[in-house]
Amino acid sequence: MPDARGVEAAALGVAGAEIRDWIVLLKPRVVALVVFTGLVGLLVAPGHLNPVLAVTAILCIAVAAGAAGAINMWYERDIDALMRRTARRPIPAGRIEPGEALAYGVTLAAGSVIVMFLATNVVAAGLLALSIVFYVFVYTIWLKRRTPQNIVIGGAAGAFPPLIGWAAVTGSVGWMPLLLFAIIFCWTPPHFWSLSLFAHADYQRAGVPMLPVVAGARETRRQVMAYTLVLVPLSLLPWMLGETGPVYGFAAAALGLGFLVCAWRVLRDRQDAAGVSLTRDAPAKAAFRYSLLYLAVLFLALAVDRFVR
Amino acid sequence: MSDFPPRPTPEQAAEMRRRRRGRNVAMLVVLLALAALFYAIAMVRLAGH
Repeated sequence: MPDARGVEAAALGVAGAEIRDWIVLLKPRVVALVVFTGLVGLLVAPGHLNPVLAVTAILCIAVAAGAAGAINMWYERDIDALMRRTARRPIPAGRIEPGEALAYGVTLAAGSVIVMFLATNVVAAGLLALSIVFYVFVYTIWLKRRTPQNIVIGGAAGAFPPLIGWAAVTGSVGWMPLLLFAIIFCWTPPHFWSLSLFAHADYQRAGVPMLPVVAGARETRRQVMAYTLVLVPLSLLPWMLGETGPVYGFAAAALGLGFLVCAWRVLRDRQDAAGVSLTRDAPAKAAFRYSLLYLAVLFLALAVDRFVR
Repeated sequence: MSDFPPRPTPEQAAEMRRRRRGRNVAMLVVLLALAALFYAIAMVRLAGH
């Protein structure tokens, strides 16, 4: 006889998904950061784009990121069901059928690329398509379950938005957007590995070879520090090369110093002989929160710098 | 003889109708927004030529 939870799940299955479930499928929190970096790429690019087309381009970036997220949730429904953090997502919870989620994701992905092409140009549409393909095929299907370097290479998918925003205005790709791409690319490992330091039990249960699961927490802390050491000078390059003004330069230096302090605390976290944190990974949690603030404020500074120069 | 699939209770049927109406309204809003977007893009593109 089914228990109370089974009856509730069956009732929800009968009733179908809420609108909220279809929105959750688009990973709105990830989309927010993607939209912001894409918007900054569009704002700092030289030239002018009609506001209607600019809003359309940002909408396309948002929808494409959401579509890639929906396809990701379709592919990862088996491991999502095993992880506490993701078990309540609409597919593992039984509120949305896997096939419906896939169709939803593919339709939105194709639609966003076509509208981007109609509204802006072939370069922006091509980069948008490439970012979706990279996230779905390279990160989700190929790398995520195979190598601890999954988020390093897969991080490129999240680094595309400023490049796409720039291309939407200029129709081309220059040094500056490539630098912005590189900054997000190098930001991703310390961001995700800080998260995986305190969520590694989930990844272990699901069999995802995140760095703390494969190489241990001690090595992960070293890698967080190493990538932060690359990220901070890289973030200063746009200012050093004269592409931005002092507002960005000062912000990048101050934010970078903060990130280095966070990474240092992660490295020096009190730990036992096996590298397990004795502070419940408090420094890793702080570094994860700071990394989100870091990227948002760095790109905000870039936009402000563009308008005060 | 038992029902298979099980017949929804009146409460479940009401909930099902509520959710279906919500999805239909959302679809209508999305289609209208898309039509408005395509119109706006076409007008801007035409003005550019």
